[in-house]
Amino acid sequence: MPDWMADLSVWLRVGEILLGAMLILLPLLAVVAYYTYAERKVVGFIQMRLGPSRVGPRGLFQPIADVLKLLTKEVVLPAQASRGLFLVAPLAALVPALGAWAVVPFDDGLWLANIDAGLLYVLALTSLGAYGIIIAGWASNSKYALLGAMRQAAQVVSYEIAMGFALVGVLMLSGSLNLAAIVQAQSGGILDWFFLPLLPLLLVYLVSGVAETNRLPFDVVEGESELVAGFHVEYSGSAFAVFFLAEYSAMILISALTAILFFGGWLSPFEGTQLAQAVPVLDSGIHWWLLKTAFFMFCFLWFRATFPRYRYDQIMRLGWKVFIPVTLIWIFVLGAARYTGFTG
Amino acid sequence: MRWLNSLLYLLRSLSLWDLLRGLRLTARRLFSRKITLRYPDEKTPKSPRFRGLHALRRYPNGEERCIACKLCEAVCPALAITIESEERADGSRRTTRYDIDLFKCVYCGFCEEACPTDAVVETDILEFHFERRGDQIMTKEDLLAVGDQYEEQIAEHRKSDARFR
Repeated sequence: MPDWMADLSVWLRVGEILLGAMLILLPLLAVVAYYTYAERKVVGFIQMRLGPSRVGPRGLFQPIADVLKLLTKEVVLPAQASRGLFLVAPLAALVPALGAWAVVPFDDGLWLANIDAGLLYVLALTSLGAYGIIIAGWASNSKYALLGAMRQAAQVVSYEIAMGFALVGVLMLSGSLNLAAIVQAQSGGILDWFFLPLLPLLLVYLVSGVAETNRLPFDVVEGESELVAGFHVEYSGSAFAVFFLAEYSAMILISALTAILFFGGWLSPFEGTQLAQAVPVLDSGIHWWLLKTAFFMFCFLWFRATFPRYRYDQIMRLGWKVFIPVTLIWIFVLGAARYTGFTG
Repeated sequence: MRWLNSLLYLLRSLSLWDLLRGLRLTARRLFSRKITLRYPDEKTPKSPRFRGLHALRRYPNGEERCIACKLCEAVCPALAITIESEERADGSRRTTRYDIDLFKCVYCGFCEEACPTDAVVETDILEFHFERRGDQIMTKEDLLAVGDQYEEQIAEHRKSDARFR
């Protein structure tokens, strides 16, 4: 093969990857936009209000109006802020939240990258997002932002461990760090999904996920009533929009991962039954993954509308004195069950 | 039995019982009837006693009802009413000036209570605004104009409320 052809194939591969990334990110951004709309609608409905209903039919154009507003607003740079870090921070929050999507398996064979340490990669990237918030709070040179950043740092340290342990359980059952392999290890119908043997770990993972994305009831980092807006007090316009984007794509990511790690990703609950063979829609496919992800995305909003914000010390207590012991005990139980041959 | 109670408490917290109950409540609310009123398109019903913009009324023959007795001016707790009067050629007393400062007014309705001739009334108009400083002082002409325009409605509201007065 001549040199130029080898070059060409490399470039083709690069183009393919870029195209794949676009195919994931563009729908993701659209989903983020409409996730904010869904949030306002769901929270409104739970509070017996209508939510946005003025812009377009049933308020459907509201996210577009919001985006236009945010993009045309001025980005105010505080005089005493550290310019470079101040502007890098939103990106530092956004890039990991988007980058983690590279290894998410949407369907059998439908993924951008199928790396063997996918679980570690995802865990690493979801934690990295916290640095964007910490940097933002620090670079703003504002007391509220700094307090938010400090809380974020403490929260990450506490919940990262519990989250990691929860994933250790998944690892023990599936025997693989590869996300696609983890999904395949759950094949066999709804009873073979990991949420049953890992129920306590699922709860810990879900709650840690909410804490990790700084959503209510764990939003002490923003804590409107205490810290004005926490780490992003000084941000406005498109810089603020980037934080917004990062938070919501992280929420969608956590929902997607919960579906993949504990609820069998693209697998159908009727897998292997006669029903699934008779009705093609009920067989495994990307729509099952979308459905499960959408359910957990809804849960984020549902939690927000239900639970009041935890006090800061309660969050610490929950993380260290409840979640970590619970995960440790359950990992021990799993290990004992495997060792004695109680489970496969 | 203290150990039993603490065991029950532990089970209750570990099973997230209270949290699930909270979630059930909000899930029910999700499907309940919404109370939002899409304001300019939908409006709440108003009582005939609603106290909004003021008006001065006339008798069917066109004569002003106001006899410049100044009871409203006296009773007004916000001192929003200013009245000046004179004797007309036919010997009757009428106002030359009847101003209500709507920024001072607290819409208490005492003026219409005090009025012996039902001349000054508060209509159920609540959507009004002023664009220039000074516009908020409603002069006699302004008030009479409001009265002329809404007389039918005002009379109807007075009539429906008459047996309670």
